[in-house]
Amino acid sequence: MHMDMSQYLEIFIDESKEHLQTMNEILLVLEGDVENLSHLGEIFRVAHTIKGMSGTMGFTKVADLTHKMENVLDLVRNGVLKVDSAIVDVLFECFDALEEYIDNLEKTGKEGDLDSSELVKKLGVIAESKSAAGMGQKKSNIKVETPKVESKPVLEDSDFHISLDDIQSMIHKAFEMGVKPYLIKVTLDPGCMLKAARSFIVFNTLERFGEILKSYPLAEEIEDERFEDSFELLYFSKLDETYTKTELLRISEVANVIVKPLEDIELSLEEKKADVEIDLEHIESKEIDVKAKDENQTKGDKGKTSKTVRVEIGRLDNLMNLVSELIIIKTRLEDLETTNQKSNASGDKNNMNEAIEYLERITTSLHDAVMKVRMVPVERTFNRFPRLVRDLSRELGKNIKLFMSGEETEVDRTVIDEIGDPLIHLIRNSLDHGIESPTEREKLGKEETGFVALRAYPDGNTVVIEVEDDGKGINPDVIKRKAIEKSIISRDEADGMSDKELINLLFKAGFSTVDKVTDLSGRGVGLDVVKSKIEAINGTVEVVSTMGQGSKFVIRLPLTLAIIQALMVNLNEEKFAIPLNNIKEITTIETQNITMVQDQEVVLYRNKTLPIIRMKNVLDIEHDHEDLDELIVVIVKKGDVEAGLVVDSLIGQQEIVIKSLGKYLTGIKAIAGATILGNGSVALIVDPNQLF
Amino acid sequence: MSELREFVTFRLNQEYYGINIQNVENIEKVLPITRIPHTIDYVKGVVNLRGIIVPVVDLRARFGLVKKANTDESRIIIVNLDDNKIGMLVDSSSEVLQITDEDIDASPNVKKEFNNEFVKNIGKKNGRIIMLIDLYKVLNIEHSE
Repeated sequence: MHMDMSQYLEIFIDESKEHLQTMNEILLVLEGDVENLSHLGEIFRVAHTIKGMSGTMGFTKVADLTHKMENVLDLVRNGVLKVDSAIVDVLFECFDALEEYIDNLEKTGKEGDLDSSELVKKLGVIAESKSAAGMGQKKSNIKVETPKVESKPVLEDSDFHISLDDIQSMIHKAFEMGVKPYLIKVTLDPGCMLKAARSFIVFNTLERFGEILKSYPLAEEIEDERFEDSFELLYFSKLDETYTKTELLRISEVANVIVKPLEDIELSLEEKKADVEIDLEHIESKEIDVKAKDENQTKGDKGKTSKTVRVEIGRLDNLMNLVSELIIIKTRLEDLETTNQKSNASGDKNNMNEAIEYLERITTSLHDAVMKVRMVPVERTFNRFPRLVRDLSRELGKNIKLFMSGEETEVDRTVIDEIGDPLIHLIRNSLDHGIESPTEREKLGKEETGFVALRAYPDGNTVVIEVEDDGKGINPDVIKRKAIEKSIISRDEADGMSDKELINLLFKAGFSTVDKVTDLSGRGVGLDVVKSKIEAINGTVEVVSTMGQGSKFVIRLPLTLAIIQALMVNLNEEKFAIPLNNIKEITTIETQNITMVQDQEVVLYRNKTLPIIRMKNVLDIEHDHEDLDELIVVIVKKGDVEAGLVVDSLIGQQEIVIKSLGKYLTGIKAIAGATILGNGSVALIVDPNQLF
Repeated sequence: MSELREFVTFRLNQEYYGINIQNVENIEKVLPITRIPHTIDYVKGVVNLRGIIVPVVDLRARFGLVKKANTDESRIIIVNLDDNKIGMLVDSSSEVLQITDEDIDASPNVKKEFNNEFVKNIGKKNGRIIMLIDLYKVLNIEHSE
C-alpha cells in the first residue's frame, strides 16, 4: 500500500518530540528513585504511542525499538521486573537513539543509518531473562478467573463478518513479530443503555494490550451505536486469549466474549500468500534502489520539514477578534470619507482623529497578539539539560544537581532555536571549570553536591536566562595575567580595569583560561562564540562572579526577532536601515585624516585604527568623487572588530519590521532583508556583519 | 476535442506575449521600485505588494530590448512559479485571451534577433500572433519535478 504520508510527517515529528520530552523527564525521575513507579504507566503509554505512530508512518526502526522498550516496560509495570540503574541506562540509550531518528526524520525525511539492533538485543535479553520467572505468577492470576469464561454460552465461528482478505500480509507480519491475531466478538447485555460508551471501554481495554486493526461494523458506526448487541474486532496482541477474554468480561454489561485465535483458519492460505509476497518484495526492493538515488537528490530541499508552532486556540481567537475590529474601523473610516465629501463640517475632524487613535490601538494589540502566536516556552530548550547535567557529572566524577525555574517563560520561536547551543556551552563550562570535585568541595567546607541553576524570567521587553553555579568562581587576577599573556589587552589597559571588566574579558576571542584541553569544554571554541551567537539574535550576555562562591552568566534576549530598532540613513536618494544593536557610535571624521593601509582606508580614532568602509561602494551606488571635508561615519562592531561606515546623512532611529527578500533573491551581499517604510516604499536592511 | 487555454497577454514594443493564467496572481500598476545592489541586471529591484516584498524582473532588459521609461500603461504582472512570487515589468497588459489547443504551434524561428529560447509556443487568435513564454527560462528558475 503506497499512501502519501508526507503530510503527516510534521505532525508525527512534533508529537514524537513532545512524547520524547515526557519520556526523558520520567526517566530522570526514575533514575533518581528506582522505586518510584508512579510514572511507569505514563512512560509505557509514551513508548506505545510512538510505536503506533511510527508504525503507521512506516518508520520501522523507531517502531521496532519502541516495541522492545514497551516489552521491558510492560514487565516492569506488572512487577515482574525490578528497575535498576542498568535498565534505566539502557532506556536512556534507547531514548538517545529515538531522538536521533526523529532528528534525522526532521532534517532529511528518513530515519538515517543509526543501527539500533544492539539496543534491541539488549532489551530483548532483559525482557527474556526476567519474563521466565514472571510467567508463572501471571498465569496463576488468570486461572482464577477462567471458569467464569467457560460458563458463558459459546457462539458459532461462522458468526464473524470481518473480511480478512485485504490484511493477510499484516497478519503474517504479526506472526513474525510474535504477536497473535484474534477475532473477538463482544456481545453486550440486551438491556445496555449506553452501548457506545461500553464499546468505547472495550476498545480502550484492548488497546492497552495490543492493537485493534479492524472492526465490524466500522468504528464510526459503533460510536454512533449503529449495531445490535454485538460487534466484532480483529485484534493483535501478545497476550493469550484467555487473558484477553477475562479482561473484557470484567467490563460491566458485557454479556459475552468470544476470542478466536486466527492461526486455525487462515494461516495455511496465509503462508502461501506470504511466499508470493516475498518474491514481490524482492522485486520491489530493486526498484527502490533506483528510486532512492534520485530521491536523495530531491530530498535535499524537499525532505526538510518546515518550522511549526503549536498555538493555543485562545490566542487565535484573540487574533480573530482583533481582525474583526480592524474591519469595523475600516468601515468607520470609509463612512467618514463619504460624509466628508458631502459636508465639510469641522466635527468630522474630531471623528477622524478618534478613528485614527482607535486604529492605532488595534494595530498595537494586533502586533502583540501575532507576537504571542509565535511564542513558545523555553521549556523546549531546557528539557534536554537535566540529561546533559546527569551525563556530564557522571563523566566528571562530580555530584551536581540542576535546578531549573521559569521553564514556562516564552520567547519567539526563532530565538528558541538559537539559544540551545550557547546554553549547552555555558552549562558545560559551569560543570567543567566552575564546580569543584567532591573532595575539593569538602575541604572548602562546601556541600559535597554542587548546584547549577538555570532560570528564565521575563523582564520588560526582554527575557533573561541565567546560568548560575556555586563553584569556585572566576579569578580576575588569572584573567588579567592570561589576557596580557595572550596580548588581548596591554598591561596598562589591564591595570585600569575593574574586576567586572576583567571577568568579561572571558568573552574575547582567543581566550580560554584552562590550559589542558578537556573533552567537554576548552576545545578551542570559547565563550566568544557564545557571545557572538547571542549577539546574532540581538541578545547580550554578561557574567558576574564572586571568588569561591560561584559565577552567574546572564543572557538577555529580545522577545522577538521580527521587529528591531534601526538607524535609517541616506545614500544619495536611497534609504537604508542599519540595525541599532550593531552600531557602537556615530561620529564625524575629517577626510584629511584618512590614510591608506594595504589598499584599505583607515583612520586613527580613539587611539585605534578604524577601517573605513564607503557604503556607496559596497552598495553599488554612483558617487561623485569630490570628497567632503567631513564624513559622517557610523561605527559598527562585529564581536571585537569595528569598522566605520560612511553614509550621506542620518534620518533617525526607527522601529522596523524585518521582511525577507524571498528565495528568488537569496545571498545578496551585505543585505539582511528589507523593511517597509511609513510611505509604503521598501528600504533595504544592511547587514554590517557581512561587510568586514 | 480541442481544449481552451487561457493566457494573460502583455506587450513589449509592438510584440504580444502570453503567460498561462494559472501562473498569474494579479496585475499591478507600477509601484515604487527599490533597487537591489549586486544582483542580475534584469532584476530591477523589489516592490511592496501589500506588505510582501516582491522582486521585479524588467522584461525589456531580460529580452535584450532597449530601455524605456515607464508610462501610464506600464504594468507589473505578479506571477507565482513554484512558490516564487515575482513581478514582471511590461509595457502594458490588458486582456486575457482564450486560445484553443489547435491554434497553438511549436515555436518557429519568428525573429532572429530575438532570444527564441524564451518562447515556448506561438498562439494565434483573430489574426494576431501571441508568443507564449516559458516562465522557467525567462525567470531563470530551475524546473523542479
